[in-house]
Amino acid sequence: MYQLEVKNVVKSFKDVQAVRDVSFAIPQGKFFALLGPNGAGKTTLVEMMEGLRKPDSGEILINGKSWHKHEKELRKIIGLSLQETRFTEKLTVRETLRLFASFFGLGNERVDEVIDLTDLNDKQKAMVGTLSGGQRQRLALAVALLNSPEILFLDEPTTGLDPHARLDLWNILNSLKKQGNTTLILTTHYMEEAETLCDEIIILDNGKILRQGVLKELLDDNAKNLDELFIHLTGRHLHEETLDK
Amino acid sequence: MKKHWTNNQLYQLVLTQFLETIREPSVLFWGIGFPILISIGLGLAFTQSSGTQFHVNVVENHATPIDSLITRYGTKTTQDASILYTWTVTDPTLGNTKFIFTHHTWNDAIISLKRGEADLILTYSDGKPCYHFDPHNAQAQLLYLKLSHLLQHPEIKATEEQGHIAPLMLKGVRYIDFLIPGLIALGILNALMWGISYSIIERRSQKLLRRMVATPMRKSNFLIALILVRFVMNVIEASVLFFFAWLFFNTTIQGNIGALFLLFVAGNVSIAGIAVLISSRTEKTEIGTGWINAITMPMMILSGIFFSYHNFPEWSIGFIKLLPLTLLTDGIRSIFNEGAGWMQIAFPSLILSAFGVVCFIVGLKRFRWY
Repeated sequence: MYQLEVKNVVKSFKDVQAVRDVSFAIPQGKFFALLGPNGAGKTTLVEMMEGLRKPDSGEILINGKSWHKHEKELRKIIGLSLQETRFTEKLTVRETLRLFASFFGLGNERVDEVIDLTDLNDKQKAMVGTLSGGQRQRLALAVALLNSPEILFLDEPTTGLDPHARLDLWNILNSLKKQGNTTLILTTHYMEEAETLCDEIIILDNGKILRQGVLKELLDDNAKNLDELFIHLTGRHLHEETLDK
Repeated sequence: MKKHWTNNQLYQLVLTQFLETIREPSVLFWGIGFPILISIGLGLAFTQSSGTQFHVNVVENHATPIDSLITRYGTKTTQDASILYTWTVTDPTLGNTKFIFTHHTWNDAIISLKRGEADLILTYSDGKPCYHFDPHNAQAQLLYLKLSHLLQHPEIKATEEQGHIAPLMLKGVRYIDFLIPGLIALGILNALMWGISYSIIERRSQKLLRRMVATPMRKSNFLIALILVRFVMNVIEASVLFFFAWLFFNTTIQGNIGALFLLFVAGNVSIAGIAVLISSRTEKTEIGTGWINAITMPMMILSGIFFSYHNFPEWSIGFIKLLPLTLLTDGIRSIFNEGAGWMQIAFPSLILSAFGVVCFIVGLKRFRWY
């Protein structure tokens, strides 16, 4: 059985069809990247998988259960980091984590663990308002990891971060991958992020899946890397910014 | 090449700032439209007749020269089983002054003063009028000057004597006794509207609400926590204000403290309900601020916080008395100054609670977490 199944999902906003008849399935413990340019429909699709939006038609199942009937149960086993969430600035990192831990019935012990895991020890008493962009993203990841989620959704977690902060986040996610207990769905428009972290890649554009599979299988003589593959598929470049190495 | 003046950075900064401003319709509405609407509303309501009006309580045990003057110059009307005599004095420069005289017993006249329904008690003894009022009340001072001047006017000749002032310094009659309950009620209004409404709208705009409901958090717990904290803060704030008033102005609570607490809870329920309702869908803090001001400002003006709403036109009084802030202010005032107890508080408490619960239910039905 797949851990996450997306079946013929369609979603529109007024005149815009954001997601058009998308289907795929993800087995337990795999890291998946949803890759596509801005406006490709990545966030809408992820928010439907997170149970924050309802599809116009189609079905989304987590462990064989739908959001409609099992919301309470599913909320406990997923973790997520949304685009642009701003935590309360007048709370410290630890206070924020304690608050979110309480929603899962968890205490200080787990808070300590995620603080260690996300390397926020030095900042646990700092007000959220004083954190840098990278530290805020690490806090968002720490919040998402509190309940040791079976499925972790990260929506463009490294957008706007400097290379160093991006690498920090990748290291955390790689250590999570080694443990093998978590399935990751990551949206990104960075090729390198998808290549480094994920087992499989789904390339989205205009709300449709253009290609899906293991990176090696997707590449051929026409497309030697993800960049070239996207240009080959759409005739356009994927990303607007280049990662400095 | 000659630099074009439109390339000037100050020009571009001003231009873009201006464009940003006018392209936000809600900001335009709350910044320009709303004040215009308020000025139209209040302007039409309160500037149709120029001039001022004063309420005078007349206490007499037998017929006096004042009686005959009132009946001769005043127009008799009946309101809530009371007989009112309205004496209008015209003055092309200063505008019209309307004196509204009502006969009372001494006790009723005092209660009326405590409620802010009148500013002065007029009696007549030893062949001259006696003016009873709080000498620190500017409105009462003005009324005294105008009324004593009128009664001494050569055409009226009500009395040859100057008349005298009997300062009223009873607890509950002083302006500070009128003000403190109003400030307590106003504190509840402001704390709840900003503490609940703004807080919800801000968290919604920051997508924090969305992040929170993506966990197993019980949505009701979030609202309960928000309201509970505000309520506890309101108890502390009101207690500090009362303590200050007791220490410096010797203000006391003459009525039932249990009834005061009940009314306090009902007032909090009522305003919290409004706060949840107006923040139920709003996503932008600019619009939220406008809504909060649209709710608080009219009530702040109309509900008799700083001055009695009895100065407003008669037709508006019935409506004003039903405003949540008015019900709360009048109730707290009656407990502080008139010694009111459970019976007097039951009705306003019930109305406030019911209103709050209805607003809360409608607000929850409309509520958008993201």
